Amino acid sequence: MSWALDALSAVLIGAGVLGFFAGTVGLLRFPDTLSRLHAVTKTDNLAVGLIVLGLMPQVDGVGAALRLALVWLLLQASGATVGQLIAEVARRDGAPPAEPAASGRRDRGPRP
Amino acid sequence: MTAWFDVGLALMALGLAWRAIATRRAFDSTVAFVIYGLVLTIAWVRLGAYDVALTEAAVGSGLTGALLLGAAHRLERAPADEDRPSAPLRALLAVACAGVALGLGAVVLALPQVEPLQAVAAASAAEATGLLNPVNNVLMAFRAIDTVLEKMVLFAALVGVWSLAPDAAWGRRPGRRFPPAAEGPLTLFARVLPPVGVLIAAHLLWVGADAPGGAFQGATILAAMILLVRLAGLADAPPVSSRALRLLIVLGPAAFLGVGMAGVVLAGAPFAYPAAHAKAIILVVEFAMLVSVAATLALLVVGPPERAQAAP
Amino acid sequence: MILDVAAVFGLAGAGAVGLGLFGMLANPRPLQKVLAFNLMGSGAFLMFGAVARRAAAPGLGPDPVPHAMVITGLVVSFAATALIVGLLLRLHAVSGSTSLKPQPGPRRAARSTPASKTSERGDAA
Repeated sequence: MSWALDALSAVLIGAGVLGFFAGTVGLLRFPDTLSRLHAVTKTDNLAVGLIVLGLMPQVDGVGAALRLALVWLLLQASGATVGQLIAEVARRDGAPPAEPAASGRRDRGPRP
Repeated sequence: MTAWFDVGLALMALGLAWRAIATRRAFDSTVAFVIYGLVLTIAWVRLGAYDVALTEAAVGSGLTGALLLGAAHRLERAPADEDRPSAPLRALLAVACAGVALGLGAVVLALPQVEPLQAVAAASAAEATGLLNPVNNVLMAFRAIDTVLEKMVLFAALVGVWSLAPDAAWGRRPGRRFPPAAEGPLTLFARVLPPVGVLIAAHLLWVGADAPGGAFQGATILAAMILLVRLAGLADAPPVSSRALRLLIVLGPAAFLGVGMAGVVLAGAPFAYPAAHAKAIILVVEFAMLVSVAATLALLVVGPPERAQAAP
Repeated sequence: MILDVAAVFGLAGAGAVGLGLFGMLANPRPLQKVLAFNLMGSGAFLMFGAVARRAAAPGLGPDPVPHAMVITGLVVSFAATALIVGLLLRLHAVSGSTSLKPQPGPRRAARSTPASKTSERGDAA
């Protein structure tokens, strides 16, 4: 029984780590602010959810599991809000939808 | 396996520290500093210091980061400041600082494994206060005088920050005014989150007796809620001349100091608690500290009054 | 001597003190000097953590006294940072610069502020 739960945890947490990895690759490789934001917010919500689900069988008591769920909910809410705010600023400052820059990396050039 | 995790974590922290000091823009440095603080939080967990980890994440990374980000934004257009030291001088400084780090590193490696006298003392005294969390035992009972002095430092810092107000703005609401934002994600978030935040702050204070948590950590969460509501433009800070605000700020230190002095009469020594009621007294003092520290931390981030004309 | 968790993070703390000290001395921007000072402080705190860990007892956990001191120290260093940032912003508002050097520039005179206000420069130094 316990080994089954451990295996479940390992699978879920592994999937969550994979999700984080995918999101980070998207953050580093996607060309413009909005799609980078898309990569980070989408995968992070999913990845944190998977990790929280994976941790739930490992904690003792329903209370602790509910607290983990609350952590996930709070992260969802703050991630969604901050994502919206960043997107709003990006749109207001007229960020181009995609940069023609050849590197496709983050724009870290000197500010004018 | 875990040793390599620790080494990786330490290298990541040092890399972020390097980025924080080597970047040109203050905004980028601050972002690196905040991430450094979060990495350090995991380091504190690895060191078994869960209370410190909570405080590092909340105060060291969160509140300090918010303060520095605000300042970086306002100083963005500041003209070039001082001269950068010349290259030879920088090389000399680098050598000297590396020497300091190496010396400190040698001290760390030379630390002996010592007898756990203080851990044993704090644990065996748990029944004297009714608190099972040894760190809060130290903060609230065994070295309570340190904690009171720290409250005084917070208070003095706030007095110092307020005294930087221009004459025309004195007595008015602190900081700049954030216009009420149009209904959007931020206003929704600032309406939904504070009740949850208050609950979590109370929870941290309550479990802090026996588990990681306590008045500081709870107070920082409350302060974050205050700052969020202000940022969304839902409410403004009260004027610094407000009597209610000043009473709120003094409440915590005054309660702690008063209880500490009452210990002379009731328990025979300053900051001693009558054994039968120690836990109840400590909880009351912690609650008073929670609200005062929360208000003080938030006001320290907000800054001095600076609006010369009367706010409508 | 073994490279256990206390040694690893103690060494990281020593490194952070060195980096912070260098940043404070070599960075020309006052705000980043303040940030570097915080970095130095957090390195010192980490070394406290190593000391606490060295006094760990089986079943008891690390020494709680250094932990309590670090918590107090974190809050105090935040308060000091807030005061320094306040001084910097005020200096910038009064003189248009964040430099601590005496600048006989026209900007200060143009703002027509009382001479007493500019004495804050001395406090910030």
